[in-house]
Amino acid sequence: MSESVAAEHDYIGLSMEASQMSDNKTKTRDNNNNKNDDVLNFKATELRLGLPGSESPERVDQRFLPLKSSCPVSGAKRVFSDAINGSTKWVFSPGSATDVKDIKPAVPVKEKKSSAAAAPPASKAQVVGWPPIRSFRKNTMASSQSQKQGGGDNNNSETDGEAKSGAEPCLYVKVSMEGAPYLRKIDLKTYKSYVELSSALEEMFSCFTIGQFGSHGGCGRDGLNESRLTDLLRGSEYVVTYEDKDSDWMLVGDVPWEMFICSCKKLRIMKSSEAIGLAPRVMEKCRSRN
Amino acid sequence: MDRRFPFKVLEHIFSFVDSNEDRNSVSLVCKSWFETERRTRKRVFVGNCYAVSPLKVARRFPKMRSLTLKGKPHFADYNLVPDGWGGYAWPWIEAMAARRPLLEEIRLKRMVVTDECLEKIAASFRDFKTLVLTSCEGFSTDGIAAIASTCRKLRDLELRECIVDDLGGDWLSYFPETSTSLVSLDFSCLDSEVKLSDLERLLSRSPNLKSLKLNRSVTLDVLESLLRRAPQLVELGTGSFSDELDPEEIAKLTKALSELKQLKSLSGLWDLLPEYIPLLYSVCPRLTSLNLSYATVQMPDLIDLLSRCSKLQKLWVMDLIEDKGLKTVALCCKELRELRVFPSGADLDETDVTLTEQGLVSVSEGCKKLESVLYFCVQFTNAALVSIAKNRPNFRCFRLCVMEPFAPDYRTQQPLDEGFKAIVEKCKDLRRLSVSGLLTDKAFEYIGVHAKKLRMLSIAFAGDSDLMLHHLLSGCQSLKKLEIRDCPFGDTALLENAAKLETMRSLWMSSCFVSFGACKQLSQKMPRLNVEVIDEHPPKTRPDSSPVERIYIYRTVAGPRLDTPEFVWTIHKSPEVGVSRLSIR
Repeated sequence: MSESVAAEHDYIGLSMEASQMSDNKTKTRDNNNNKNDDVLNFKATELRLGLPGSESPERVDQRFLPLKSSCPVSGAKRVFSDAINGSTKWVFSPGSATDVKDIKPAVPVKEKKSSAAAAPPASKAQVVGWPPIRSFRKNTMASSQSQKQGGGDNNNSETDGEAKSGAEPCLYVKVSMEGAPYLRKIDLKTYKSYVELSSALEEMFSCFTIGQFGSHGGCGRDGLNESRLTDLLRGSEYVVTYEDKDSDWMLVGDVPWEMFICSCKKLRIMKSSEAIGLAPRVMEKCRSRN
Repeated sequence: MDRRFPFKVLEHIFSFVDSNEDRNSVSLVCKSWFETERRTRKRVFVGNCYAVSPLKVARRFPKMRSLTLKGKPHFADYNLVPDGWGGYAWPWIEAMAARRPLLEEIRLKRMVVTDECLEKIAASFRDFKTLVLTSCEGFSTDGIAAIASTCRKLRDLELRECIVDDLGGDWLSYFPETSTSLVSLDFSCLDSEVKLSDLERLLSRSPNLKSLKLNRSVTLDVLESLLRRAPQLVELGTGSFSDELDPEEIAKLTKALSELKQLKSLSGLWDLLPEYIPLLYSVCPRLTSLNLSYATVQMPDLIDLLSRCSKLQKLWVMDLIEDKGLKTVALCCKELRELRVFPSGADLDETDVTLTEQGLVSVSEGCKKLESVLYFCVQFTNAALVSIAKNRPNFRCFRLCVMEPFAPDYRTQQPLDEGFKAIVEKCKDLRRLSVSGLLTDKAFEYIGVHAKKLRMLSIAFAGDSDLMLHHLLSGCQSLKKLEIRDCPFGDTALLENAAKLETMRSLWMSSCFVSFGACKQLSQKMPRLNVEVIDEHPPKTRPDSSPVERIYIYRTVAGPRLDTPEFVWTIHKSPEVGVSRLSIR
């Protein structure tokens, strides 16, 4: 019953093979109500089980394919069925698709390393709490690396689970989304522009209705120029905001990219109605939620 | 004729009963034994602070001198429990301060401790001796200062991996100017610098100090001056070990280290530079415990160090030790009982380090006393697990973290079922197990059948169906703590084995498929369980069939707790009420 090699899947949907197998497996499943008719690739679309550095969770799809359950967030169901039916209502424009969405078959780690090196860097979104290492240790290691790289720089090893910006090789910030039941963590250093960041965020939170969010072509030298991105963001249902070094909440896209990654401590995707003007009460709200 | 032993005789007999488990059994025999036992128990352990009310505990044990409490679920260590969930120390401190002012020792793990708590402790317990906080949060260095300044009989002050609001190093200067009774001081988790002169003077007037763990900001150039003032140390946690020293300083430090004739345990060693390893040679032969898990030393430098540690019983390292280094350990550290190997890279997919399953196999062959292992590795094989089990049937704690979720045996592509089967079959005394890699329901069937002494089990990304949970709950007789994340089940198994849950301390399940409806049923079925749903979305707005994000189920005689935050719902017992306001808040 266990699959050792995962079939290739389309990132969001299911492969032919998978759908067939899901029929078999369904019989042995109990207790999961069919709330919708589509076979939801629940786990894969949530991207919770993505391996660090890999494109997608290969084996996850196999294992969770037949499980039929509704996404805990209301409204997401509609998103899934739209997505699978290829409806244009679904938010991610084809232009933003990268080969990140293809899943390679499971291979032993050695081979995987070379394929990972060859492929463009995937969004290095990490699963919360995996591998199971205490924050204290993670932070200490992050500071060690910064010491090695930053020369005489005295580290500011935080104890609250977030790496600060600076000369560190990895710049993990938490990303939360209003209405989402979980946080993600991303390494800002793996992105070179707002465009890349926004595609990554789209993928991460794809099972929630995000709206027309991000890349609409127009790649200038730094991808989209900042003001255009801001306009786009303002037009959509959701906006991305971040907490900077001074603990102020700002709209993403207002400052040059380099400055942004140096000052960003946390990201939060919130409804644009909440974020307009980023009034003080919104900041309070952000703080109390976090 | 009164056949009962006189109280005094019973009391005397019970004074030889140390373990709390035995004492718990003793108190179940009859009323008079219960009474006698409770009046004589000095060390009280409460594994889940919400299982019983502080008032009840304070009343039951009039002679208590030591209290140990644990708060948040273990998975809180890995950020799976949202901030604000609970685990507040205050109600306990308050209750004890009012009723048990002779309390001397408080040990807290994964709890929220505020400065008010610390000030209350300092103000209320005149003989207070021991404060050990592990993975706690919520307090600042001001609270520590209160303890330091007011507790005149303080012996142990240990902050282990706590999250402290660090307002500066002044707290150290608050210890009384007269000679102190300090035996152990651990401030390794603090960030800010303490004044060297404060520390030197403290050491000079603490003749009983046996254990000192410095924080990283204590630089290498001052270590010598500190050690000179505390040559009696048995445990030393250094600060950073990477600053540049001139030859004279090196010579002095080498000498100071060699003067530590009683030193048995060495830790800290942040960023240990290879050229400083020889400084440690003099202490190696006596060491029973060595924590290199923050020392970014690589092979082959590590060999020089480890080959000299023939008495080592406990070794914590990073995977920089590689298979080669572990071979050396297998050859040289014949007394080894506990091994932990942590991953060194922040980016776990791109390790250049050759640590494989072979390293653990070597150690299991060479170290006959090895009984506790925590091993992070990228991938594993069944064959290795089988060898390890055959070599070391004396494992009590086996935690393997194959870092790639769902990774099969990389040689055969099979699940690791057979490997873990060997572990639970051979290691009859296994108390704690963490599994990982690709696992089907079969693995858990094996665990259910064989792991009869297993008390704690951690599972992630495993299993196929409800059967997995069913095997565990129906098979593992001694199971007390079960924590599961990202596994595809399990209303049926939970409801079928509901009674089992009252024999356990707690069950944690996150990102599984437990429906809200099942949570309700479970709670209504089992009166002495708190079924907590931890989810951003109010259960009322969702259908019964929708899966909940996280559940935490624990037995309790205290009823639903009243300090839940907005994202935690304790399911109400009565079916008509469902989820009540009272239970929510």
